[in-house]
Amino acid sequence: MLLRHTSKEVKEREGLTINPAKTCQPIGAMYAALGIHGCLPHSHGSQGCCSYHRSTLTRHYKEPVMAATSSFTEGASVFGGQANLLAAIETIFSVYEPDIIAVHSTCLSETIGDDLQQITRKARDDGKIPEGKHVIFASTPSFIGSHVTGYANMVTGIAEQFSVSTGTKKNQINIIAGWMEPSDMREIKLLSKKLGVKIVLFPDTSNVLDAPQTGKHVFYPKGGTTIPELQSTGDSLFSLALGSISAEPAAIALEKKHKVAFETLDIPIGLTATDRFIMKMSEVANVSVPDEITDERGRLVDVMADMEQYLYGKRVALFGDPDQLLPLTEFLLDLNMKPVHIVSGTPGQRFEKQMRQLLDARSPETNFRNGLQADMFLLHQWMKNEPVDLLIGNTYGKYMARDEDVPFIRFGFPILDRIGHSYFPNVGYSGALRLVEKLLSAIMDRQDRDALEEKFELVM
Amino acid sequence: MEQITILEGRENHLFEKKTGAVQPDISCDTSSLSGSVSQRACVFCGSRVVLYPVADAIHLVHGPIGCAAYTWDIRGAVSSGPELHRLSFSTDLQEMDVIYGGEKKLYHSLIELIEQYKPKAAFIYSTCIVGLIGDDIEAVCRKVANETGIPVLPVHSEGFKGTKKDGYKAACHALMKLIGTGDTDGISKYSINILGEFNLAGEAWIIRKYYEKMGIEVVSTLTGDGRIDAVKRAHGASLNVVQCSGSMTWLAKEMEEKYGIPYIRVSYFGIEDMSKSLYDVAKEFPERPEIMEAAKQIVSEEVKQLYPSLQKFKKALTGKKAAIYVGGAFKTFSLIKALRSIGMSVVLAGSQTGNKDDYARLKEMCDEGTIIVDDSNPVELSKFILEKEADLLIGGVKERPIAFKLGVGFCDHNHERKIPLAGFVGMYNFALEVYQSVMSPVWQFAPRKGVKR
Repeated sequence: MLLRHTSKEVKEREGLTINPAKTCQPIGAMYAALGIHGCLPHSHGSQGCCSYHRSTLTRHYKEPVMAATSSFTEGASVFGGQANLLAAIETIFSVYEPDIIAVHSTCLSETIGDDLQQITRKARDDGKIPEGKHVIFASTPSFIGSHVTGYANMVTGIAEQFSVSTGTKKNQINIIAGWMEPSDMREIKLLSKKLGVKIVLFPDTSNVLDAPQTGKHVFYPKGGTTIPELQSTGDSLFSLALGSISAEPAAIALEKKHKVAFETLDIPIGLTATDRFIMKMSEVANVSVPDEITDERGRLVDVMADMEQYLYGKRVALFGDPDQLLPLTEFLLDLNMKPVHIVSGTPGQRFEKQMRQLLDARSPETNFRNGLQADMFLLHQWMKNEPVDLLIGNTYGKYMARDEDVPFIRFGFPILDRIGHSYFPNVGYSGALRLVEKLLSAIMDRQDRDALEEKFELVM
Repeated sequence: MEQITILEGRENHLFEKKTGAVQPDISCDTSSLSGSVSQRACVFCGSRVVLYPVADAIHLVHGPIGCAAYTWDIRGAVSSGPELHRLSFSTDLQEMDVIYGGEKKLYHSLIELIEQYKPKAAFIYSTCIVGLIGDDIEAVCRKVANETGIPVLPVHSEGFKGTKKDGYKAACHALMKLIGTGDTDGISKYSINILGEFNLAGEAWIIRKYYEKMGIEVVSTLTGDGRIDAVKRAHGASLNVVQCSGSMTWLAKEMEEKYGIPYIRVSYFGIEDMSKSLYDVAKEFPERPEIMEAAKQIVSEEVKQLYPSLQKFKKALTGKKAAIYVGGAFKTFSLIKALRSIGMSVVLAGSQTGNKDDYARLKEMCDEGTIIVDDSNPVELSKFILEKEADLLIGGVKERPIAFKLGVGFCDHNHERKIPLAGFVGMYNFALEVYQSVMSPVWQFAPRKGVKR
């Protein structure tokens, strides 16, 4: 009973966070930057930040994660980090030879007042950025938002700082990926191909964080959105932002800068969110939905019908990140399951409103909280008061699942103790089918485990 | 891969051992170059890893959420009882706290935590931001200690104020405040503290058993399976036995000065060093020859059992080559010997935090042509692993996937190891793990140097 101290009685806490359901902005910026081809993320702060982010991403993906750091010292913290960053830019281009350095700030560099825009401009003026190379940046202090907003800030930086408009529109759609796995990005590309829509997907971590074994360690794997692709986003017909928290800000930036119209959709997790994605794609690109996709959908609905008796009314607690929780909750409702508790450490009224809206319409009694003190301690307390049949969340949920003896499905970031998330998508109809399979397996395994001998069913 | 160059400014941090050649002293103990893809961490990390295994204290990270989130239960430092150390507590500082100060939030958080968890003590880690905004965490800690009656210890671990080693020192500083506050009545004259052993995968339990079998009382383990009460009475021991020289030598020196307790440095990895660590402790108690007798007895029994079981591995591994890149240099010494005992040679030896003496000793120990490196990075590691045709890399979490991508075996000798590698049984486990990975059939399917085999 690792969490034996968790009390049932819920008291408001003044400041204390116990077992957080979020982490800090910079790791999101680092993850986003890895989805750009030839890009080396750079952490402008203490050495530890960079090391922790790389380790966490490595544990999640079982892949090498390359990123550089300004290695702040006491001197830098007194006199400002400009000298460190300028030196870093020079070193990185001469030794690691990336096409792009994507700098993100940290709590330290933000608090001492380093201005990334000014420093990168100085680097350019001083000739420290070789011809054809790029330095982009995003402000990601750790005391604001969460890893999700850090991701959004870097994606916005990518959109703002690369996009160009030539005046001639290109017959392509921008798809701005909210925080999702390489497998999901791969699936989005596949669906677009099946629809016959030319897209620019960014960021794109497929072929970066799910790279094959080749006998070589390369700093810049094959994948990632390329510079020409990113530049062309200013000429695209339309942008689809997948996720209002993690992707929409970049779409807004493209609209402001190049008047590329956009719409924000949920990440296509589950049946209805995927429907909306497919319909919107077919609408903005003016293509019809091919039978191949219609059949995929049909198979998903077929399984949902076949198995509805096992899913009906199952009580679920879930925690994670806004843009995934929204469509996932919707999907659970579509499956006739009962989301009982929902927690996200990521603050923000936008998300709160969207989730409330969804819940008010379909499950008003669900407990929901996000932001400060919306942590796993609170979720665990809720679970003690109103027990559930299933828990969904990142690896850290395993303590609660064990203590409460509840089946557990790993979903979100980070997943440190299982593989699969990098290889099998959660998005699209095939992703939804995989989710249904996981839900059913968790529930049925438990039913088998607990069944009385005479009720132990062969055919389920 | 042939074109890989060494980072500018890094030339002095590494050399290849060549007899007869004049070789400059290695440059180490410095902070990393700005812009390097270093494998190192920060001051906070150093403090966190040293104090982390103290299981009946709360560990509150005063700062933005990340520092607490990334260090949440990532080390396998196991406890035989309470497990408060495996939870994550943070003041989750927000923008307003950065502007107006986080002292109030810290105070409330501490009061709430102590009420909820009833710990024996509390460690408060200050992070980068706290060092900048100037929260007086000493004052808050004093206040809370007065109100709650438990020790509340500030740990000055602002990330940017030095290297990981400075973090070790900040942690030891907090421990020093506890040591000397407990009752030492009834502690045997033949007693030790085990320093720098963190009970990863239960290693401290193995070591402790050996010493107890020798008739020696272990007063405290710092900090593996640690308990506040044991730390408080650590000054009652007659000898400090220090492993992981990087983290705990400072504490041992302080205890020597303040309490007159001598210390010795040991290592529990490999047959040779493990045996020596028992003998060396026995030698400190010459008036009791039965302690040495018992040590000899343990070694002979263990080796008799272990030696034959290693032969299978040795047979398969003889002639294979290893690269070592770990945190502390002292561990590197043991690993070189341990690898030799299973027939393997070392082609690269490096550490994140070694000092000049360590590297001089490494040079002495290593074979001709071995690369010796301080604070390395993935470019260098990949380069030398391929050039020197290593079959195995020994390292930590960030190095593992690099080894696998290169098509060589891997052994985690860092905090993510899952099986005990210390002690005699640990040598068997180590050999098994190396054997398993180096001889895995997967390498038949995996190209190396980009070439199919």
